Amino acid sequence: MSRYTPPEQSKAGQVFDIVVVVVAIFVALWLPLKLGLAGAAKSIDALDAKTWEALGQNPTMAAIWEKLGYTPETAHDIIQNRFHYVIDWPTLIIMAAVLIGYFVFLFRASDREYRDVINEKFNDK
Amino acid sequence: MTTTVLEPAIHGDRVSLLRVLGPAHVWALGVGIVLVGEFTGWNFSADKGGALAALIVCWIVGLLYTSVAMIDSEVTSTVAAAGGQYAQAKHIVGPLMAFNVALFLVFAYTMLEVSDAILLGDTIVAKAGVEGLTHNSFIAATIVVLAWLNYRGVLMTLNVNFVITAIAYISIVILFFSVSPWTQGAVLKLNELVTPGNALPYGWIGVIAAFQFGIWYYLGIEGTTQAAEEVRSPARSLPYGTMAGMITLLIAAAMTWYVCASLMPWEYLGITYYPLWDAGKLTGSPLLENLLFIATLLAALASANGCINDAARAWFSLGRDRYLPSWFSAVHPKYRTPYRSILFLLPIGLAFAFIADLNQAITFSILSGVLQYTFMSINIMMFRKKWPLGTIRRGYTHPFHPLPAIVLFCLCVVTFFAIFLGFGSQLIAMTIFYFLISLWFHFYRYKFVRRGDQFTMPWPKPQGY
Repeated sequence: MSRYTPPEQSKAGQVFDIVVVVVAIFVALWLPLKLGLAGAAKSIDALDAKTWEALGQNPTMAAIWEKLGYTPETAHDIIQNRFHYVIDWPTLIIMAAVLIGYFVFLFRASDREYRDVINEKFNDK
Repeated sequence: MTTTVLEPAIHGDRVSLLRVLGPAHVWALGVGIVLVGEFTGWNFSADKGGALAALIVCWIVGLLYTSVAMIDSEVTSTVAAAGGQYAQAKHIVGPLMAFNVALFLVFAYTMLEVSDAILLGDTIVAKAGVEGLTHNSFIAATIVVLAWLNYRGVLMTLNVNFVITAIAYISIVILFFSVSPWTQGAVLKLNELVTPGNALPYGWIGVIAAFQFGIWYYLGIEGTTQAAEEVRSPARSLPYGTMAGMITLLIAAAMTWYVCASLMPWEYLGITYYPLWDAGKLTGSPLLENLLFIATLLAALASANGCINDAARAWFSLGRDRYLPSWFSAVHPKYRTPYRSILFLLPIGLAFAFIADLNQAITFSILSGVLQYTFMSINIMMFRKKWPLGTIRRGYTHPFHPLPAIVLFCLCVVTFFAIFLGFGSQLIAMTIFYFLISLWFHFYRYKFVRRGDQFTMPWPKPQGY
């Protein structure tokens, strides 16, 4: 197999590639934050009676909350802020399909490139 | 921890990285990156599933990372090159996988560095208690100063890490023995805080959800391999430093959970940014409170320091192999560090430190980490298949193969499900990003890559090719 000689990349081309990567990083990480997609579903299950007892706190727990500077009123939103785990099946299926598709593509395309590498490395000798 | 002769590592005819590090530096790099997870982050798993769920995932995720450390030790002690898992992927799976793995590493470490800087800034602001004081200047100072330290040299960077990591670790041990852990009721009140009624407030679904932040107990231990090209004896130092680091962390995680769960209600434990500092406060001892305050800052500094080191080396490796513009592959003529990569990643870290909050930054890091662990479980299977035992010289051979790989893969699947329960859209967005950037690499960027040069190990042809 003949040895592959890659083209030399111009300075402008290098700068362009760097810009592409930076933009991709920011879009991938920043966009979901901007769109409010990051973060789990938590909501406050409000209680009328804001006492340590109603909040399910025993005397030891209540004493610690108070040591930390909380009252039943100020601790209410922390204690009652709960997750509501619901399995959204369509999203789960999409997520699984995206992940599996990604890994399948990754391994298959990598293998094609790897064969070039091995052929050149070992068949040149 | 002394060095004798500073001999340059040879990589072609270019100026290259220095081989100056020993096992203590490897330990400091791994534990230094991870130990901050005991000071913040792991406790969000209590929020997800309760205090008992945090303990369950501490051990199960410990199993995941033990598998990671075992697998990584074998492959890295054989493929000792800068970039760690990146170099492994290049030799075992192929260039595209290597490109992705390097991006996983850069994202995981850069976002971990961001989390560290946010923690450090928030801790100082909370301690100062001055109205109107924001964390921004502390975050910027942390990232810039540590980047400068990394720019100046790896030996100085990891010597600093060794000292501050040791102080932070000792502070956990001091806290543990100061609260009479052998008796309940005097200081610790586990029985009254973790009761049958509140141990698992969401049931077993909460335990699974807790996996997401359970990862934070140990995330980054695999970073030891990034120093492979700067270690004097990679086959000995890397497995030794990594396994010693894992044992250290398992002990620290168990002590941390026990003390924190015995000192504060799970609802508070799950939302505080400073569980160990709070534990120090709740003991009533000003000495412990101040010690844990300082240790929180030191742990954050050590972690951010190690992350800058690792992310820059992964990025540097991409440039050196022309997976990215070769401009990034420059080594500083005087300090022998990948200075352009360090400088390039600096503004990215700063930008996300200002736009993301702590648990979002942690989640970014975890997502890339879990993608990488999934790769590792498949990678070791391919490694053993392409070069069975006895065909090449391995520095270390991990036992019970393929059990660790299967355990790792299964736990990664569970963790993906846990991430789905909180950050499913984020996971989909990031995977799509990796997919699109992979298309860009495979169909465009790969043309600049020299094919045969990707394989640098003195191994025979892999079986099946």
